Amino acid sequence: MTMQEVIKGKAYVLGDNIDTDQIIPAKHLVYSLSDPEERKLYGTYALSGVPEKVAGLPKGNIPFVPEGDHRSRYQVIIGGKNFGSGSSREHAPEALQIAGITAVVAESYARIFYRNAVDGGFFIPCESTQRLIADIKTGDDLEINISAGTLKNVTSGKSYGLRPLGDVLDIVTAGGIFAYARKTGMLKP
Amino acid sequence: MGMTMTEKILARHAGRPRASAGDNIWVNVDILMTHDVCGPGTIGIFRKQFGPNAKVWDRQKVVIIPDHYIFTNDLHAHRNIDLLRDFVKEQDLPYYYDVGTDKYKGVCHIALPEEGHTRPGEVLFGTDSHTCTAGAFGEFATGIGNTDAAFILGTGKLWVKVPETMRFEFEGPLPPYLMAKDLILHIIGDIGVDGATYRAMEFSGDGVMSLSIEERMTLCNMVIEAGGKNGVIPSDAVTERFVKSKTSKPFEAVADDPDAHFHSVRRYKTSDIQPTVAKPHSPDNRGTARECAGIRLDRAYIGSCTGGKLNDFVAAAKILKGQQVKAETYIVPATTEVARGLATTMLDGQSLTEIFQKAGAKLSQGASCAACLGGPSDTFGRLNKSEVCISTTNRNFPGRMGSKTAQVYLASPYTVAASAVTGVITDPRDFL
Repeated sequence: MTMQEVIKGKAYVLGDNIDTDQIIPAKHLVYSLSDPEERKLYGTYALSGVPEKVAGLPKGNIPFVPEGDHRSRYQVIIGGKNFGSGSSREHAPEALQIAGITAVVAESYARIFYRNAVDGGFFIPCESTQRLIADIKTGDDLEINISAGTLKNVTSGKSYGLRPLGDVLDIVTAGGIFAYARKTGMLKP
Repeated sequence: MGMTMTEKILARHAGRPRASAGDNIWVNVDILMTHDVCGPGTIGIFRKQFGPNAKVWDRQKVVIIPDHYIFTNDLHAHRNIDLLRDFVKEQDLPYYYDVGTDKYKGVCHIALPEEGHTRPGEVLFGTDSHTCTAGAFGEFATGIGNTDAAFILGTGKLWVKVPETMRFEFEGPLPPYLMAKDLILHIIGDIGVDGATYRAMEFSGDGVMSLSIEERMTLCNMVIEAGGKNGVIPSDAVTERFVKSKTSKPFEAVADDPDAHFHSVRRYKTSDIQPTVAKPHSPDNRGTARECAGIRLDRAYIGSCTGGKLNDFVAAAKILKGQQVKAETYIVPATTEVARGLATTMLDGQSLTEIFQKAGAKLSQGASCAACLGGPSDTFGRLNKSEVCISTTNRNFPGRMGSKTAQVYLASPYTVAASAVTGVITDPRDFL
């Protein structure tokens, strides 16, 4: 995936400390990531470990992926602090990508998850300059402008700031560590 | 200005005279470790990116340790072991610890030092977040994902952002009722589950340097639960004696410069620390065993890279000897070497295995990660209902050990064993 400048999609809102066991529970880590059919199961079970009452805030009890499907109706996740904590399983950001997520906007990230999202080129991990999870509702229409560093809630009309991607911008722009290494001549094209 | 140990190790591996916190640098990797959960994905990316005939950068530096989903009937899990086996054969890798053979080890973070793959001053990456355990040997060790691991497999290099170091000093040897687990749970309670994000956590002081190598591993093991990039303990005679007993490979230890810059320094007196627990559902939800006394338990679990080493079982056996457990108690040795130790280590004329059996505990038939991370539904010790469990493991997130409705308390082997005997959370000082 190379970087899209403007990302539009519906919000799925989660709380603080969403760990990788909630993003993809360990019993599902056995499916093949290279088989095009089998890998869809990661989309089916993405976020299935989130306790129901906090799945899709503020109301909760909103399944991220409809039963029997592997694609979510939501394209952007809004999270709180320390998103993606816990395990180094790359299945976590990849499961979100398979479910159709193109960006996550969180207050802060656990570093391995963040790094995996960047180096694997699964989606753009944006950091918000303020807490968003009480302000944005699951189902709101969002518009993210990466170069302007803004997130607009089209439903409510409010706009928010995003932190610059900083050190990882070049890798995100290239679409992952392999693409970046080829672009910079470290690997043969 | 001088460098911290972490800065110095990373600078040396980048071929630079110095590296400072915040620098992005490419480092040469000494060891890459992977296992059955992340190995197949890593291999898939390696083949896709480097071609079907590509060879790994250095056969001697790749270590593959199946450990997660071993004793299960899950067919996908079995297929993943087959994928590892095929890759090892194709690449002719010497360090593979195959299931069903005499070489089988069990939990990778305990197997790595047992097999001599952890050495002071080196850089170790592994496709598991608890790879930070190896910082106990005075090296830089951290967890990575499949893509980064595949990149290393092909190139032997990876970019890292040099972390700042938070230093934690413990004064005074541990009182007889405390273990390293209490210290690290105490720290995580202080700084929170994201209190060390992007940073190194360095442990020192006479309280830390008086710990055995296994207890030092427990400290470094859980830095990831505070968001830490790596945990590290300066190497000393204890480290060198252990490492030299496992490998003849040369290594060069590093130490902090006297004028190194630290993000922060926290000092603790070990005698001020209480037997500590982390309450559901977060490792920073700290309480003392006394405060939680009386909470009813269905289960006690002793195992994993955090609390399944031989010293952890010796500690548990001290309390379980001559007792009967009231909560269902599961014993899972981390490695086959630990499992042999249970049979041969004696306490007042009885082996640890006998002590556990007489106490009514259930012993795993094999060494592995087992129920620490839930795993397939037939995993030994997995929480499949709304059980309340006290565990020597590292994480108590919702659903971590199986069911989303289960509740997990994390504690030291002493506290877990004392609680197993009474069936409620119990301060181990009641038994010691």
